Amino acid sequence: MYLHIVVCAGVVPDPLQTLEPVNGPNGPALKNEMMLPAVLDPWAASALYEAANLVACNSGSKLWLVSLSPKAKLQQVMMTIAQKVSFELVAIDSPAGGFVDAQATAEALADAIETIPGLDRSKLLLFGGWESASRGAGATLQTIGERLGVLDQFMGVDQIEMREDGSFEVLERVEGGQHQVSICAGAPAVLGWATGNLPEPRNNPQIGMANMRNVMPALQKAKPAVIGDNGLHYLSASLPSQQRQTRVAKDMSLDAIAQELVEWIGAE
Amino acid sequence: MPESILVLTHAGEASHSLSKASLETVTAGKELSARLNAPMTIGIISANYADTARSLAGVNTRVLGVAGEPFVEARYATDAAACEALCRAANPTIILAPQSSRMARVAAALAHRLSGCIDTHVTSVRGEDSPEISRWFYRQRIEGVITRSMRPWILLLEAGTYSAYSCQEGEIAVEQIAVALPAIRTSVSGTRAPAQDAQTIRPDAKMLFVAGAGWTKKQPDGLVHASEAGDLILAFLRQSGASLGSSKSLVDQGGDGQPVLPFLTHLNQVGQTGSTPRHPKGLATCCHGEEPHVVGWRFIGDRRAISLDPNCGWARGKADVVYVADAFKVMSKVNELLRSKA
Repeated sequence: MYLHIVVCAGVVPDPLQTLEPVNGPNGPALKNEMMLPAVLDPWAASALYEAANLVACNSGSKLWLVSLSPKAKLQQVMMTIAQKVSFELVAIDSPAGGFVDAQATAEALADAIETIPGLDRSKLLLFGGWESASRGAGATLQTIGERLGVLDQFMGVDQIEMREDGSFEVLERVEGGQHQVSICAGAPAVLGWATGNLPEPRNNPQIGMANMRNVMPALQKAKPAVIGDNGLHYLSASLPSQQRQTRVAKDMSLDAIAQELVEWIGAE
Repeated sequence: MPESILVLTHAGEASHSLSKASLETVTAGKELSARLNAPMTIGIISANYADTARSLAGVNTRVLGVAGEPFVEARYATDAAACEALCRAANPTIILAPQSSRMARVAAALAHRLSGCIDTHVTSVRGEDSPEISRWFYRQRIEGVITRSMRPWILLLEAGTYSAYSCQEGEIAVEQIAVALPAIRTSVSGTRAPAQDAQTIRPDAKMLFVAGAGWTKKQPDGLVHASEAGDLILAFLRQSGASLGSSKSLVDQGGDGQPVLPFLTHLNQVGQTGSTPRHPKGLATCCHGEEPHVVGWRFIGDRRAISLDPNCGWARGKADVVYVADAFKVMSKVNELLRSKA
């Protein structure tokens, strides 16, 4: 039983960077956006590692990584990611970020997936993060799935367990810190991943060397995409006024701290 | 173009009543309807909408319902078909729905089917002539206010941003809408709580208690006291009713073979790659308060922290009070006081 897994993953600014919105010609953007170091979107990275694990466990399976990102940023991120798991890259060159419309992004990604040579859509598992760390819309994967006619979709996935008959059990995050347990008859399906259960794989230079044979050509032939806006208009984009006047209590006794905390906990 | 509003609602989990998030969305719909002078319709997805609709008695709007066994459980194929049928019956320009796991799973697909557009995680809906909505970008770091010219426009509203609609329960007329279902390939077998000795995630708690990686680091005696840390934290949660959150580093330690708190899972994780819970108060312990974690505190009102580092992130304007102290000792005393008050 083989699987064809397509992982959609964008790049986002490193979470440790300070972000500041500025007005650009096409709406809001990040200040010095092209200078900010980037990482693979964290939840999409979870999806990639889970996908690689499934490919390793199901012989004959194949993994594609489809990314709509500025080419230079994607190349920077690939230097790290390509050392972790084996995949074939499909790159789309486009400005991408939190202020771009999710559905329009999905249309461009679906166009790219539809043209992947050798992709068996009956064996397709479409993976990605359930939300990005930029837009956080949780709309992209669903829209791609609809475009591809996939009617079994799961969001906030933390676990997939394949069965011998090709069906699988999937755990999705729901309210109250619980998982909904579903059994799907098998591919095709869309899985928007949350954290999953696998740790980040260690860098393996041999995997990196093998991946680079297709990553660099894929980056070179990345087609530029124009992303629509679906009538989206930004009235403002601003940093929240979050600075608090912090009282730093250095010299309080343990008893006094505990007493103050208990009163604070009990206060309405 | 005159606006018309559809509020999509669903029954709560293991309940015949509308979910709290759905009732909040009804309130949002009524406010928007009055402001835009736009007619409002409510759509219900439920096993039995006659029961579910009882909590809408007195709402004085058209109510549509889909009902039946396929809609007992939340499932993409059936829920998407139900939402589509309700929307086609109501033909709205603006669709409001709660940001519940059930609606979040299908709302973008619905937008695609209706050739409309969608915005999620909406925290407010303003505007006199046309909706102007607020939502956050880059994991609660940048707040944007947006509007759209495209219709229909689907808005998923964050829980807790509106009060829940309430009225005396009673009979209400519901128009049944037929749904053409696709082949169902997914069966839902129920819910599963993470393997832990107590349910530590409590969305309705008044307080968030965050445990950072410091709880499992070496203490002044040179030893790790993970077991004692676990006991202190669980005792505090039992007595205070707080919800437990964690920093990513503490949750990840399990995968690195370091000492762990066995009741923590990725579901407890708060921040950049975790959740953004809503509680009136939050207490951080043994946590540095760096930005990737603190972005998950955006909707925590009153914030306090216990840290040995007086220059930690919390002390730099991210908390209201920082106690420079040993969290083991403080929490032990706090537990004693809470026990004596009980």
